[in-house]
Amino acid sequence: MKTITGHISKRKIDDVGLQHGVDNLTPDRIQEVVQQVLKGETGARLQAYSEMCVRCGLCSEACHFYLSHDNDPSYSPVGKVKQTIWPLLKNNGRVSPEFVYQMAQVAYTECNLCKRCVQYCPFGIDTAYMMQIVRRICHKLGVTPQYLQDTAQSHAATMNQMWVKDDEWTDSLQWQEEEARDEIPDLRIPLDKEGADIFYSVIGPEPKFRTQLIYQAAVLMHVTGQNWTMPSTPGWDNSDMAMYSGDYEIMGRLKQKHFESAMDLRCKRIVMGECGHAFRSVYDVGNRWLGWKSYPIKVMHAIEFYWELLETGKLKVAKTFDKTVTLHDPCNIVRGRGLHEKAREVLRAFCPNFIEMTPNREHNYCCSAGGGVINCGPPFKKTRVSGNTVKADQLRNTGAEICVAPCHNCHGGLEDIIHDNKLDMKLMFLIDIIYECMEK
Amino acid sequence: MNAVYQFVVGPLAWVAWTIFLGGSLLRLGLMYRSVIKKDPVVFEYMSFKYGMRSILHWITPFGTVNWRKNPAMTVATFGFHILLFLAPIFLLGHVVLWDQAFGINLPALPETVADLMAVGVIAACCFFAGRRIMLPEVSFVTSAMDWVVLVIVALPFVTGVLAYHQILNYDLMLILHILAGELMLAAIPFTRLSHMLFGFFSRAYMGSEFGAVRHAKDW
Repeated sequence: MKTITGHISKRKIDDVGLQHGVDNLTPDRIQEVVQQVLKGETGARLQAYSEMCVRCGLCSEACHFYLSHDNDPSYSPVGKVKQTIWPLLKNNGRVSPEFVYQMAQVAYTECNLCKRCVQYCPFGIDTAYMMQIVRRICHKLGVTPQYLQDTAQSHAATMNQMWVKDDEWTDSLQWQEEEARDEIPDLRIPLDKEGADIFYSVIGPEPKFRTQLIYQAAVLMHVTGQNWTMPSTPGWDNSDMAMYSGDYEIMGRLKQKHFESAMDLRCKRIVMGECGHAFRSVYDVGNRWLGWKSYPIKVMHAIEFYWELLETGKLKVAKTFDKTVTLHDPCNIVRGRGLHEKAREVLRAFCPNFIEMTPNREHNYCCSAGGGVINCGPPFKKTRVSGNTVKADQLRNTGAEICVAPCHNCHGGLEDIIHDNKLDMKLMFLIDIIYECMEK
Repeated sequence: MNAVYQFVVGPLAWVAWTIFLGGSLLRLGLMYRSVIKKDPVVFEYMSFKYGMRSILHWITPFGTVNWRKNPAMTVATFGFHILLFLAPIFLLGHVVLWDQAFGINLPALPETVADLMAVGVIAACCFFAGRRIMLPEVSFVTSAMDWVVLVIVALPFVTGVLAYHQILNYDLMLILHILAGELMLAAIPFTRLSHMLFGFFSRAYMGSEFGAVRHAKDW
């Protein structure tokens, strides 16, 4: 295998958002904004990370982009830092608009912020953090991929990710309630129920095109006898692409609205659907931006909730799922919350034919869709799919018929990888299997 | 030559130690202030238990996935760092200096052992240099400063070995050896060698984030 050393300047991808953004830039303006962010929003961490990195390259093997491009060093974590933040620091922010285009392309589309590289750096240098700083600068410069920006705009205007109108949201819920009542006649999706134990929140794509997940969650809640609710007004969407575009002001508004919706209804805890990035935003990032060390109300990801239901005997297995099943560990709930063993316990309860993929748990390869990369849209689809052949090999090697990916972004990304590599594998959410095999 | 020797082993040595210790304290102090002012998140989430858990895994040879994936690098880097500290401290000639300058009595290593340790450090430096040239993922990110730092670290050992074996001019080599050592000490707080000061903190911080918040392993 011959390694070809590439460079971001040799693989420019046209994007209206990025191009329009840099067209408006001058070196003076760039320097002003870079310094604003570096001086105002960064400190010891960035300084220490950039200074003491000994350029050993040990992080390289952590990155699926690097591995999938025949070890091209321009895709390695430290290689990305070299092509973005180091020149910014060295030149005190005085770089060309073309450089800004390139650093935006690296930070938004060639890094999923999955933090696998953090586990491979002897000093624990957080490359994802540095890529987020680059994104923050790009956002402030108005240089963001068009599709991602559109999503952030939707967040700002509607408080949800997919331009779902307020009446469409409740319509979708009522529609799913009605469907589910064919199966369970007294099922309800309780809206705005004050004092409910559980405030259940989902991401924008659920009412938009994955409505079956709301149906299945409602069945699970009903059958296990939960006192639960969903809000009828904005605050229902826990997702957050603003976090990934670098628009932290919007991220703060979103998280505040989400927390406040649950608190206004005096719910005891928030249970979130099977989404990874939304969990990261609520559990680890947005709360900090708002000044909460943890969060004002207990937050729980769906996997932990399923596990709890199983442990307490409320969720019972009626039949086993007989196909061979493997599990993809999503970064934001495994490397981000350590739910890998709980996910396995739930899965094993239903699936006797469980096959581990290798590597797994905290060391699983990323789906290459997360970190907002899939939300950068069609122009960058090839970047993330061909940038993750290592994932295709990993999936293929399991020989499993089903891959469970308890995360929306992972689903989107893996779907493309499976299709592109012609793998004979079907994707499912954990709730798909639970719904199919639980005692109702 | 004797006057030069007296100068480098006397006043210049004090200057080097002052720059090293004072510089290190200054850098740590400034970094502390920056954390308080700009990155309060670091101390908010810092946990002794999880910080130590992470550090202990990473300072154990082959104690992490990545150390196991790169056995040659693991042997080289652990060997290098251990020898780099032990050889200079317990070398017979230095033990005498510790006693003279600070009144500290330390046991001395047998001379052949110390000699082999110094050669070990040089060998590790050659290994690092080889990586910088041969491995694309390292050469891609290598700049002039990385070579400067490598030379700064290798020089005291190269000159030390040459002096010990009386190759070339002994007196000159001894003076160069002392100068090289002083240069290395003074460079620690102000170059990439500062990972000696900050490395444990960044490891502890990331270990804390992974342990207490993320409930996941970072090794």
